[in-house]
Order: sequence, then C-alpha cells, then structure tokens
Amino acid sequence: MSDFEPKIIGLFCNWCTYLAADLAGVSRTPYAANLRIVRVMCSGRIHPEHVLWAFRNGADGVLIGGCHPGDCHYIEGNFKTLRRCLLLKRLLEQFGVDKRRLRLEWISASEADKLRRVVDDFTETLRAIGPFARETPIFRPARTEAPGAVAASTDTKEEG
Amino acid sequence: MEKKKVGFYWCASCGGCEEAVVDLAEDLLTALEQIDIVFWPVAMDFKREDVERLDDGEIFATFINGAVRLSEQEEIVKLLRRKSRVIVAFGACSHMGGIPGLANGVAREAILDYYYRNGPALESREPMPPDPERTWKEHGFHLPRFYENVRALDQVVEVDYYIPGCAPPPNVVKGALAQLLSDQPPPSGTVLAATHALCHECELNDTKPEEGIRIQAFRRPHLVDKIDPHTCLLVQGLICLGPVTRGGCGALCIKGRMPCTGCFGPLDGVRDFGAAALSFVASIIDADDPHDIERILDEGIPDPLGTFYMYSLPKSLLFQKVLPSNGRRTARTEPRREKAESR
Repeated sequence: MSDFEPKIIGLFCNWCTYLAADLAGVSRTPYAANLRIVRVMCSGRIHPEHVLWAFRNGADGVLIGGCHPGDCHYIEGNFKTLRRCLLLKRLLEQFGVDKRRLRLEWISASEADKLRRVVDDFTETLRAIGPFARETPIFRPARTEAPGAVAASTDTKEEG
Repeated sequence: MEKKKVGFYWCASCGGCEEAVVDLAEDLLTALEQIDIVFWPVAMDFKREDVERLDDGEIFATFINGAVRLSEQEEIVKLLRRKSRVIVAFGACSHMGGIPGLANGVAREAILDYYYRNGPALESREPMPPDPERTWKEHGFHLPRFYENVRALDQVVEVDYYIPGCAPPPNVVKGALAQLLSDQPPPSGTVLAATHALCHECELNDTKPEEGIRIQAFRRPHLVDKIDPHTCLLVQGLICLGPVTRGGCGALCIKGRMPCTGCFGPLDGVRDFGAAALSFVASIIDADDPHDIERILDEGIPDPLGTFYMYSLPKSLLFQKVLPSNGRRTARTEPRREKAESR
C-alpha cells in the first residue's frame, strides 16, 4: 500500500477554511498534495449528494471545512453541515464505507497550521484505510456523465 | 383507427403493479378501445414465442414493473426493448429498484444462505440453493441466474418514460396513459407524474410553521400512541419525506395519517433521492451539540439506509453496499448512466 496516494476532495467554506488554505499558500506552509479543493460559499451549502458524488467518481476521502461553531458567516450553516455529516457517516457505514473517509473540521481563516495538520493526518488515515476503488469495483471512476451524453451500452455481464 | 399494440411484463415485484392496472376499473375498458394487449403474462395467455414472432418495434409501448435481478428478467426486458417503440418503467421497482432493491444492502451469498442453507424456516431439510447449472433438458428449461445485485429497469435497458409509485395510483396511471396516447407525447425520460413536491398537494401543508420546522425527537410511526390528524406529520416528529418526494399521488398515505416514505422518487434534477432526504431530515434537527445530535439520531433514525432509500437503493450514487474485495461477492456491474441525469 506504500505507493498509494489517496485523492481527497476538500469542500471548503469561502469565509474560513478556504482562506486558511489561502493563508497556508502565501505562508508557504507545505501540506500533503493529495487535496483537491472545491470552494463553496458556506459549508451549509454542501449537499450529501456532493459527498456521494465525489466517492462515486474516485475520491478516497472527502474533507469538509467550515467556520467554527458560532462563527458562520450565514449564522447557522455550519450547524446544518454538522447534523448532515453525522447522519451521513451513519449512512456510509451502512453502505459498508469506512466512516473515516468523511471528515468534518472547523478551520478558521487564521488557522493555516491546523489545515496543514488536518490534511496531513487525513492523508495518513486514508493511506492506512486504502483506496476506495479497491473495495468497490463498481465505483471505478468515471464514465463521463456529462449532460447530454448518450446512454452507454447495456451489455453488462455479471457473475451469476 | 388501428389499435396500438401494448404489452405488460413483471420482473422482481410483488404484483401490486398488476393490481394497479386492474384498478383502472372502467377506464381500462375505455383504454382498450385504443389499445390492443399483445403480452401480459399475469392475465393473458401469450408466451415469449409470441413476442419473438413480432417485428422489431411492432409493439407501441410495453409497461414493465419490477426490478431486475434474474437473468430471465434481463433477457425478457431486452427482448421487449427490441420489440417496443416505447418502454415505460411502471412502478417504483422498475423506476428505482423499489423494495426488492433494498437487497443491494446485503451480500448475495447472505441471501442465499438465509433462504436455502441456514434460515430458521428450513429446519432440517437438506440445503438446496438454486443451481442454474442444473437443467431439466427433457422439459426444455433451466433455472435463471440470480445476479449479484438488483437493478432498476433503466440500468438494464433504455427507458423512455417512468410511471412512479408503489403501486402507481389509478389517477397517475390514467394521466400517464392519456399523455402517452396523445398526439404530442412528453419528452423522453419524463416521469409521468407531478413536477412539484408532495407537500404542495398535502392537506396538512398549511399547518407547517412559518418559521420552519425544528425537531427535538423523531418518532417512529409504530411507536407513536396517537398521531394528531390536524398537524403536519413532520412537525410531530414523524419522518415524512413529502418535501423531497415527487407529488401526483394526492398525498394518499398522509390522508391515512401515515408519513410519506418516498415511493414516487425524487424531483427532477435530483440525482440521489436518499441524499436529498437525508439532507433535509438532518437540517431540521433542533440541536447544535454533536452529542445531542447523535442521541437524537440514535433514538429516531436507527436505519438511515432503509429510511432514505426505501425505494431507491439501486439508483443511489453508491448503488449497493460495499462488500469485501477478496470474496466473489463484489459486483461487476457498473450502474448504467442514467438518462434522467442528462436533463
């Protein structure tokens, strides 16, 4: 497993965690290159569908970053994210997915160092768990699902 | 006017959808003035050979209910796809996998073990799992294969329209038939029911509080002593999936004061019904502390997968439970790209 590099999708709030990542950048703080960041206006904007979509399309882990409780730019968006994440983790477990693959962290705009720690630690965790696709051939990324694409062949064969 | 040829078929289903056709009552007779049924195994004596004799595309429309799990079902729906100009997924099972689709939360071997090897109902009988290799050649048949997973109809063949519901209520079936037989049929891929959420047609909708719903404890219907018949069920803590479920049924379950479980499936533009349901249910929890939230979830939602994907597990983004890779239980099938997603 040593050569496995997990893919992490980071869904970061515009007001806190994304700025922390920005700060990490300008301060030249090195952290694991496994992270791909998607900026959202608020962590409360993140739909569970986004997380499942990421997993289906080849992510090994999803990191959601929001403002600390009480600091949400939109007052309570991060609390909604907290509730959704706790319930979504339960759902993932029922799907047989290790719940550690979904991680929620509160990282404020000034906490570039916390971001570094979290990303490095999450990468290590995922290295230990292993790739998502290994467990689940059906999630092999990613047939193009672009709008307007024509339905693919139906000749699927299965073990009977 | 020449009558249009129509077929019906059932796959993994309970038979309720066949009832739904009969539930049309007199309207079925009116429909029969316009259509000619050429295949309907549950009610009429046509055989597979009769379908095979038809020209490709000769059937105007075939209504298929039930999910697909057996090789026989796959063969016949592919045959019907060739022979039919229009394929309609009829009912929740062919639309999204339905109740049989919940089997995607369990390993195939576990199912076979329970029903043919170790189940309590088997007593001391010799284990006798179905063996597709075994044939009764003298009778010309063999057992179909039991696939690794359950698929919705559009994960097997291309589907033109969907009639949702478990089972589809007569008004929906009637409306859908009228749309199909009209001169201007709806665009391919349409779910032939309402485009609004169930709440819009619910008689209790006005009792939702303006300021939004906050729930401190979810209550499960069978554990509730008394349901207030004049208040939105969600406000009472019952998990009603009306806000994320397609309308059109006339809120039948809520009229019986049972919460909506989502059989009409998602609204247009939603990829994963369960995720949408989970999202809205989680967001109305009235707690900010992780421990309080966990307690509310422990007490109120013991089975998120069964609650949110009761009818749509095969159409979920994760498709089925992840099973250990070393066994032979891992699925080989990738869910087919869903046509509805492109819209």
